[in-house]
Parts: sequence; structure tokens; C-alpha cells
Amino acid sequence: MFESRIHGRGGQGVVTAAEMLSIAAFEEGRNAQAFPSFGSERTGAPVVAFCRIADKEIRLREPIMEPDAIIIQDTTLLHQVDVFAGLKADGYILINTSRSFEALGLGDFIKGRPAERLCALPATEIAIKHIGRPIPNVPLIAGFAALSGLIRLESVVKAINQKFSGKVAEGNIAAATEAYNLIKTRMAEVQHA
Amino acid sequence: MLKQTEGSRAVAEAIALCRPEVICAYPISPQTHIVEALGESVKSGQLENCEFINVESEFAAMSVAIGASAGGARAYTATASQGLLFMVEAVYNASGLGLPIVMTVANRAIGAPINIWNDHSDSLSQRDSGWMQLFAETNQEALDLHIQAFKLAEELSLPVMVCMDGFILTHAYERVDMPTQQQVDAYLPPYEPRQVLDPREPVSIGAMVGPEAFMEVRYLAHAKQMQALERIPQLAAEFKQIFGRDTGGLTHTYCAEDAETMVVAMGSVLGTIKDTVDEMRADGHKIGVLGITSYRPFPLAQVRAALQNAKRVVVLEKSLAVGIGGILSTDVRMALSGIQLHGYTVVAGLGGRAITRKSLHKLFREAEQETLQPLTFLDLDWNVVNKQLERERSVRRSGPAAESILRDIGTVASKIA
Repeated sequence: MFESRIHGRGGQGVVTAAEMLSIAAFEEGRNAQAFPSFGSERTGAPVVAFCRIADKEIRLREPIMEPDAIIIQDTTLLHQVDVFAGLKADGYILINTSRSFEALGLGDFIKGRPAERLCALPATEIAIKHIGRPIPNVPLIAGFAALSGLIRLESVVKAINQKFSGKVAEGNIAAATEAYNLIKTRMAEVQHA
Repeated sequence: MLKQTEGSRAVAEAIALCRPEVICAYPISPQTHIVEALGESVKSGQLENCEFINVESEFAAMSVAIGASAGGARAYTATASQGLLFMVEAVYNASGLGLPIVMTVANRAIGAPINIWNDHSDSLSQRDSGWMQLFAETNQEALDLHIQAFKLAEELSLPVMVCMDGFILTHAYERVDMPTQQQVDAYLPPYEPRQVLDPREPVSIGAMVGPEAFMEVRYLAHAKQMQALERIPQLAAEFKQIFGRDTGGLTHTYCAEDAETMVVAMGSVLGTIKDTVDEMRADGHKIGVLGITSYRPFPLAQVRAALQNAKRVVVLEKSLAVGIGGILSTDVRMALSGIQLHGYTVVAGLGGRAITRKSLHKLFREAEQETLQPLTFLDLDWNVVNKQLERERSVRRSGPAAESILRDIGTVASKIA
């Protein structure tokens, strides 16, 4: 079972991201379970959502406390929420930022962690470019698909089409494609380095 | 058809396939997504021959459902928590009048303190209301149970609550197999009311009944629920024939054959319990599970049969009978009358407290070693409790307890679970 936790703020589509991740996994023929950290969500408040992906039925209903992957939609959470709590030693980290892990003050934290599983993605910029709004969730899950290799881009596209239609869907698909390709390129560089 | 969708949406689709004629509801979390989706399908014309009635309160919602059902319509509503409490007078009337309304209860705690998260306090407070109560373990089961519920309710002319864990199920995206309209039509015949308010053949419904017959009318309600004990397993078998799935029934056991320790629970927590039991079985522990699907009527004989060979029984329930302990465990104990075994009541998950495998492992091992207290509150923070008790001992005007405890705990927004 692969467990992901998504951190963001109310209004950034955190819950939708987990749901779309589960839809994309379902499109891959896997079992998936997505659920939010049921709070009284308010715009700007810290929000957590979870997604489990497995090859057999998922019965477990506890929150994800030892994730295989963490997606951070908003770097201002780094100083407010223990976003990395329980992350496995070889876990994936995807952060929405145009800066580096070191510039975010995470240099010490990532020491010893596998470089090919750590990634910074300017998801807000990509979203503004293609959707016209600073909602980074779709580029991030596309980026996660590329980073983890768990999910193909076409499954992310199917999930987008299930959630959105018309121009919003088109914009999100463009954003997802750019994010996916960007991370694939960057991973190729890491492997050659 | 297999699809990945939200529990609430899945239930709404299943309800629509049951061809309800009147849907009335007042919004309250975590039930709201269900009636929102149904409202959309009525408005779009996708759900035909159905009136969606906006009401001003839950009391009105149940009252409209009563009127609609008495008028011969297949009626549906949904609620949770305080919403259920607000409609209670009408809830008793619906069952007392023998009207086969189906209602989803998206289980949520009851205040005060106000809390929107999941436990079973709401529907269990209506234990004796005369409604049948079926508890879903998964979203698949939730949608399947709704289809069975209409059939059960209408055959017996008695209302049914389908209880699904608020947020944990209602807001979870998972895979469900959505039946076809053809399958549901083959299973669920059109509603044929036993009694109907019809101007062409006038009758009155809701007579005042004095001491001369009140007991008899009430006994009939009990007799009907006893009939349901026989009918519920048959309905599950008929369901399997058409839909190909084992859903519903009175109880389900898991790894129970040689189990020395049996864990009893209802609802979605059974999944986490089963995963824990798998891990413990791998380590050689003889532990099994009894899931109760039909809470009302309560299947005394099946519960007794499933538990009588165990050495100990742990009832893990998301409810608290203040002043005695468990609610479900009281019923389980009744089923075990005269049998000598160790019985443990574990109150867990109140107000949305996460029930984790880690805590269950520790709990079940303590039960095996018989070091568990007869009544245990899972993961209760004794420091917090004792601090407040001390405050109340030392200061007369200690202030509101909930506020004091929140101050002691500090911010929780930064915690994951």
C-alpha cells in the first residue's frame, strides 16, 4: 500500500487533489481511498487530505501517520504545521515552490534522503499560467505522478475530466502536462548527475 | 459499473435508482452532500417523478416525509446529529404510524460540546424509536443497504435508518460498483402502501389510542421488528442473486472460527479492526471479529452464536451511555446471558477521535492478557482529565470545562491525527 498526505490551505484544492489522485489510481486499475482531515474548513486554514493506493481492497480508516509521500501545496505551512510528521526515511517530498529545499531552510532535513524522491515544483506559477488562478493542486498531482512513477499522465487527465469540464478542464490538463514533463526532465537530470 | 466516487454521491445515486417520489431534507454536515446530489438530479430531470421539498428544519423534514409516505409516496430524507435530535418527535411518529420512510443518518457526535465529527451517538439515541437501524462498513455497503432498506421498510411498513459514518464514509472517495436501473427495478418493486391517505377512499391515520389498545399497537411494532430478523437475511440473499454481492444481513464474522478473543463493532471501524486482526493472526493470536449490521432489530441469537465459544469479548463502540458505559455492549451482554466469559466495553472514537491500528494492537493484547478494565476509554488523555478534575476540586468557579480543556491542550491545527 502506498500512502500519501497532502498539506495545504483552505481554498487551494487540497481535498480535491487527494480525490483526483484516487480517481487517477482507480483509472490505473488500482484500489484507492481518498479522504480529508474532516475539519470545519475555512479559506486559508491548514487543511490535510489523504490518499491510499493499493492492489487489494483498502479497509483501513485511520489517518495516514507514516506516509510514503508528502505533497506540500503551501510553503508557509512549514513553520506552522509538522508537515513531515511520520514520513518514511525513503519517502517522497513534493513542494510547491520556485525555490530550492535549501532556500526553504530544509537543507539539514533532507540530508541522507534519496535525491530522486525530493522535488520542488513551481505549481502556483504553472496554475496561474494555464488556469489564471493560483490553485496549485492539479500541477502538483501531475508532478507527483511523474515523481513517483505510480500514475500515468493520461490517468491524471482522466481524473481532471471527471472533476472539471470546458475551459477549466483544458487549462488544468495543460498545467498537468507542463508539470509532468518538467519533473520527468528534472528526474532524468538527477539520474545522470 | 465500477467507479471511484465520494460516499455521499454513491449513496445519492443509489437512492435515485430506488425511484423515490418525495425527498425532503434540511442541510446538516456530514449528510449534506447526499441531498445536494439528489437535489441536482431532481432539478436536472435525471430523477423523474420525484419532488424535492425544501423544508425549514429537520422537524419539518420528517413531518413532510410522514405526510408523503402516508400519501402513498416512497419517501426519503437524511440527517445527522443535532438534526436527528430536532426531528425526534416526528421520528417516533413515523415508526408508530408504520410508515416505511428510509433515512440516511450520516453518523456524527451530539453536543455539547458542539462537534461535527463522527461517532454513533446520534442514531443510537434513537435506539428505541421503533426505526430499524442498519450500519454500513464501506461505501459499497452503504449504497447497497439503501436499496435493501426500501424493500425491508415497505414490506414491513416500518421505517429504516441506514447509518454510515459521517466524513469517514460520506466524504471518502473509494471504489464502488454502481448497480444498473434494471437491477434495482428487478429487486425493488413499486411501493404498495398498506395504508394510504386518499380522498377517494378516505381514512384517518393517527388515532388517539387509550389504555384499551395502546399496548397492543406498540407490541405490533415489536412483532414487526422480530419479523425483520427473519426477513433481513433473506433480503440479503435475494440481493446477492441480482447484484452478485454479499451485502447486508444481520451480522458478519471474520476469522471467528477458532477465536478466543472476539471483537464486536459496527460501521467503518470494522475495516481498521480487520487489518489489525490480520496482523495479529500472522503473529499467532486467536482473535476474530463480529460486525453487527442490524443494530435494530438486534440479532440476539446470531450474536450469541458468534460469541459463545470465545473466552472473551471486546465490544468496541463509538458511543457512550453516560452513567453506565456502553450502549452496544449492553445489548451484546444481553445476548450472552448465562454464558461465563470475560466482557470488555471499549468506548472509542468519540467526536472523531481517530481509532488507529497502533491503539487497537495494544488494546487487544491487554484484553488477551486480561489486564483490560471492564470499561475502557481508548486513547483517553488522563493528564487532561485529571487536570480538569483537580481544577474543579480546588476552585469553586472553575469555569466551563470544555473551554478550560481546550486552553490546556493548546493549538491542535498543527496536528495530523
